[in-house]
Amino acid sequence: MKKTILSAAIGAAVLGAASTASAATLDSVKAKGFVQCVVNTGLAGFAAPDASGNWTGFDVDYCKAVSAAIFADATKVKYTPTTGQTRFPALQSGEGDVLFRNTTWTISRDTALGFNFRTVNYYDGQGFMVPKSLNVKSALELSGAAVCVQSGTTTELNLADYFKANNLQYNPVVFEKFEEVNAAYAAGRCDVYTTDQSGLYAVRLGLTNPDDHVVLPEIISKEPLGPAVRQGDDQWFDIVSWTHYALIQAEEFGITQANVDEIRKTTTNPDIKRFLGVEKDSKIGTDLGLTNDWAYNIIKGVGNYGEIFERNIGKGSALKIERGLNALWSKGGLQYAPPIR
Amino acid sequence: MTDHAINAPTKGRDLRSLIYDPKVRSIFFQIATAVILTFFVLEIYHNVTTNLQQSNTASGYAFLNSRAGFDIGQSLIAYTSDSTYGRAIIVGLLNTLMIAFCGIITATILGFLVGLGRLSKNWLIAKLCTVYVEVFRNIPPLLVIFFWYSGVLSTLPQPRDAIQIPGSIFLSNRGLTFPKPIWGDGSGLILIGLAAAIVAAFAISRWAKARQMATGKQFPVGWTTLGLLIGLPLIGFLAAGAPLTFDIPVEGRFNLSGGAVVAPEFVALYLALSFYTASFIAEIIRAGIRSVSKGQSEAAFALGLQPSHTTRLVVVPQAMRIIIPPLTSQYLNLTKNSSLGIAIGFPDLVSTGGTTLNQTGQAVEVVAIWLVVYLSISIATSLFMNWFNAKMALVER
Repeated sequence: MKKTILSAAIGAAVLGAASTASAATLDSVKAKGFVQCVVNTGLAGFAAPDASGNWTGFDVDYCKAVSAAIFADATKVKYTPTTGQTRFPALQSGEGDVLFRNTTWTISRDTALGFNFRTVNYYDGQGFMVPKSLNVKSALELSGAAVCVQSGTTTELNLADYFKANNLQYNPVVFEKFEEVNAAYAAGRCDVYTTDQSGLYAVRLGLTNPDDHVVLPEIISKEPLGPAVRQGDDQWFDIVSWTHYALIQAEEFGITQANVDEIRKTTTNPDIKRFLGVEKDSKIGTDLGLTNDWAYNIIKGVGNYGEIFERNIGKGSALKIERGLNALWSKGGLQYAPPIR
Repeated sequence: MTDHAINAPTKGRDLRSLIYDPKVRSIFFQIATAVILTFFVLEIYHNVTTNLQQSNTASGYAFLNSRAGFDIGQSLIAYTSDSTYGRAIIVGLLNTLMIAFCGIITATILGFLVGLGRLSKNWLIAKLCTVYVEVFRNIPPLLVIFFWYSGVLSTLPQPRDAIQIPGSIFLSNRGLTFPKPIWGDGSGLILIGLAAAIVAAFAISRWAKARQMATGKQFPVGWTTLGLLIGLPLIGFLAAGAPLTFDIPVEGRFNLSGGAVVAPEFVALYLALSFYTASFIAEIIRAGIRSVSKGQSEAAFALGLQPSHTTRLVVVPQAMRIIIPPLTSQYLNLTKNSSLGIAIGFPDLVSTGGTTLNQTGQAVEVVAIWLVVYLSISIATSLFMNWFNAKMALVER
């Protein structure tokens, strides 16, 4: 008996001592040879495995873009699917390197949770979906309804605030997993489904008769979705942020996955030459800890922001979401990249 | 015992005998274990605090007093989104305790019936009970929960087409809605009546026992107790002028409004845990009864006891000694399995704690709360069952 306790204690002590780790994320990513990306368990258009098990979607393409920036190869990604509740521990614990999971940037997540946010890759807002048969025209008519919502989200908090502010009653039906909320709404366990509007369109697509359901016009919150990384590693934070800016800048330049090689060879524009890493003595990539052709690798790997958007959630997809706030700043939207120089 | 070793003449022998001295050895190992254990605990503590500091995460239990901001569908106590995280966790804890309490009672009754049924001489009853045990014992509890939730309860009609049971009771996929009793002034008299009935029942039972010991005459204690328990509160109720009204559910635009609701999540979890655990309890009961040798009941019959008295006074008391310890394990299992309710959105301790964890990011603290609470519930259940076991043990005269 004594021996058992002894060996167990020694074993556990060794384990405990070994788990403290704080190497630079870029170094550890390079050493292991892939980016560990924390994504959704399955949200059509954003991150979902397809029939053959390959991950696709808007967030997934961002993971691939980071991989392309580091390895010049968009396929060096491994995915950690997480629920609304497990996503933060997955990043905090170091299991994942970066979080691309429809995550709203809030001050408490940016501070108390120990994460860093800087870029917004999708400007979203919370909305409501109801069956058409209920004949509801506005969210203000929803008093007394049962509302399906995913737990541990900003959505859940906004919902409580909105109904309280408008003095409406409701009965929350809360599930931990996205799939469980979908199933409950489809089964009629609740009258209303609430989440980010982009998510509502994705969910509606998965219902038996999408046309029997309507997304209400009200947007009750700002939901700026963007990548999160752990605090305390500025280099890694910069790489993730500037990957997003490179995607935006490429769209602004009109550089696409198809024409990037052509433009790289022929361009005389000094801005574009610097961007694609063909300017002499530029240190733009190496200062990030990458190579100077990092932006070229990103575009070559996944295309520009507009291409990612249209392919996964825009006109080229089943979701058919308008660019809206996510259009470039030059086209009336909010997507804007600081100068790459 | 070690005296002669210490007084040994040469130093070398002194040391060697010290090494081989079992007492010295055992002290050495005790100290070594204690040192390593302390080091291990300190290392974990140090590791956790350093990691938390490195990840810039806030720590401590202050968050329990902050506003929660989220709503909970089912709560036994008053709770709104303005309540604190601490209260949200208590709401979850009470829901866990409620499901465990209801589940344990139902599982025990059902398990007892099925266990006796398997021993029945009626072929059909015995086989049906065997099938029940084998089916529910061999399916993972999570699937049993899904079976009740998705397979049975979600196929009920929408609230607008709810099945109406006379007495304004509605059954729909939003749960069972029934009139909610509202007790008016003077309801305290009913409770006083009930308390009086309980005291009287105890007194009568003692008196009847003493009389039977002295004279051998029996007194119908069961019927008297039942009469008292119903009669006295009823007298209190009537004396107070029947202060009872009902909040009757009416059809609203979306749901039935008013009345009291038992949510389908609760029902699914309650039924699943009861049916699942009952199959194990049935086997424990059967084993317990089988363990009482046949000679005992034969002796009872020979003394002229009726079959019902034989079971109640001779077989069951002896079987209880075998039954109670494994029964305790089943109660603990049921309580812990209730955390599976998270899969169907039942707001138990794990669910509300999980939401709190996610909103505040205080993983270590919330997990610590979970561990401590489940440990406390389990230890409390064990202590109660140990006490019960000691009470049920054979008293030798």
